[in-house]
Amino acid sequence: MNSFFNYFADIFSGVKSLLIGMSVTGKYFFSPGQIVTQQYPENRKTLKMYERFKGEVIMPHDANNHHRCTGCAICELNCPNGSIEIVSARIDGPDGKKVRVIDKHIYHLGMCTFCSLCVKTCPENALAFGQEFEHAVFDRSVLTKILNQPGSSIIKGTEE
Amino acid sequence: MASTNIYDNFVTSLTQSIHNGLYSSMSPTWALITELAIIGFVFLMFYALVGLFLVYAERKVCAFMQNRVGPNRVGKYGIFQTIADFIKLLMKELVVIKNSDKLLFTLAPFIIIIASFMAVAAIPFAKGLHAIDFDIGILYVIAVSSLGVVGVLLAGWSSNNKYSLIGAMRSGAQIISYELSVGMSLLTIVILAGTMQFSEIVQGQEFGWFIFKGHIPAVIAFLIFLIASTAETNRGPFDLAEAESELTAGFHTEYSGIKFAFFFLAEYMNMFLVASIGATIFLGGWMPFHVSGWIGFNQVMDYIPPTFWYLGKTGFIIFLMMWFKWTFPRLRIDQLLTLEWKYLLPINLFNILLMAFIVLMGWHF
Repeated sequence: MNSFFNYFADIFSGVKSLLIGMSVTGKYFFSPGQIVTQQYPENRKTLKMYERFKGEVIMPHDANNHHRCTGCAICELNCPNGSIEIVSARIDGPDGKKVRVIDKHIYHLGMCTFCSLCVKTCPENALAFGQEFEHAVFDRSVLTKILNQPGSSIIKGTEE
Repeated sequence: MASTNIYDNFVTSLTQSIHNGLYSSMSPTWALITELAIIGFVFLMFYALVGLFLVYAERKVCAFMQNRVGPNRVGKYGIFQTIADFIKLLMKELVVIKNSDKLLFTLAPFIIIIASFMAVAAIPFAKGLHAIDFDIGILYVIAVSSLGVVGVLLAGWSSNNKYSLIGAMRSGAQIISYELSVGMSLLTIVILAGTMQFSEIVQGQEFGWFIFKGHIPAVIAFLIFLIASTAETNRGPFDLAEAESELTAGFHTEYSGIKFAFFFLAEYMNMFLVASIGATIFLGGWMPFHVSGWIGFNQVMDYIPPTFWYLGKTGFIIFLMMWFKWTFPRLRIDQLLTLEWKYLLPINLFNILLMAFIVLMGWHF
């Protein structure tokens, strides 16, 4: 007798849970104002990206065209795809010793998988992720970028 | 009981004048052939339009239920999206599969589409507006629509692909099981209506649709019909035959281009078919909503053309089926068979007895 009641209890509890599910989707259907997706090309002007978004690797520069990169090449070693190449130069330091500085921080966007190992391992926090995501280009060579701006130098006090 | 609907005369006189015009201008044999060709052409057009519209409607309904916008690029609100898709499918290559059974592979989509195409013939769209009015209409529809599974099985078998075969076998098990429930839930109403002829079933619902007339057993039968017919059309949550996440696309994995479009169209057409059978049997088909004795009210209802009533009811059931699809998770094959053999079938058998008893005692409205 108990299993007989369980049989019907199963049916009614099943129907009840199905109705709960249908009420949720039904509510969404009849309130189209809640739409969460965005109309991308139309909202380009007002599009706001999020801090966490990994668009591309950038090297932040301050107002005086200073960056924090020492040219230590840890990012180059850590990059699994070889999408970073460091070209460093040696110049005379203020106390007469030779000092290593970054000449070119070459970043191949086309090979990057946005794993963020370079950003995480950078000892000076010289790298970061930018929010730019419209990377489509007609020529692949455009995807190779030099991250340090021309004429930039390292912030004083960051050197080894 | 004489119907006073103002639109009935229009439909009857239109079909009659075409009929007379054809028979007066050519020999009876040729007139018959021409008539068949006209009907075939009309249904083909109807078929394509309904298929295209339903694909669009499904995508929009799905989008709104998931808080999305849905297709909105081709035309205003994306209404031409499905036409663009159809043109794309027409231009695609028909891939020939190595070691596949070429004849059956080509035959399968046609069998599926012919099965649903034949069943449409028996559906009454308005008074006197159906291709053929069998006196065993329900039996005919059940028989013809279950032919579709042959196409699914052939498609899976001939594709030379294990996923297709698994999908086809699942579909076979599913349709054999659920055919039973669809048939029995329709039988419940046949007991109440006392006929299997679609035109008389609709006429019998002039004052009160069967779902109201038969109250408790009719409502139970309607629910069972909804569940079982959703399963029979291979739609979610019973879409085990194509289960994208397990079987890539099930029985139509290997199909491309227009052959795939046939499967796609047949799925939506079957949905339309099942919904229109449900609307005709349970919700009165093209019959407007009448209340016995309220003459003024009935007359107002009569001003809405019967085809609109029919389409509205069909659309309602189609919406319900889409709602199911986009709410419920897919059943496993054992859950599917449990639902049929342990729940739907016993309830259905009891329900038929209940309906027979109620009809015997005259406890219906």
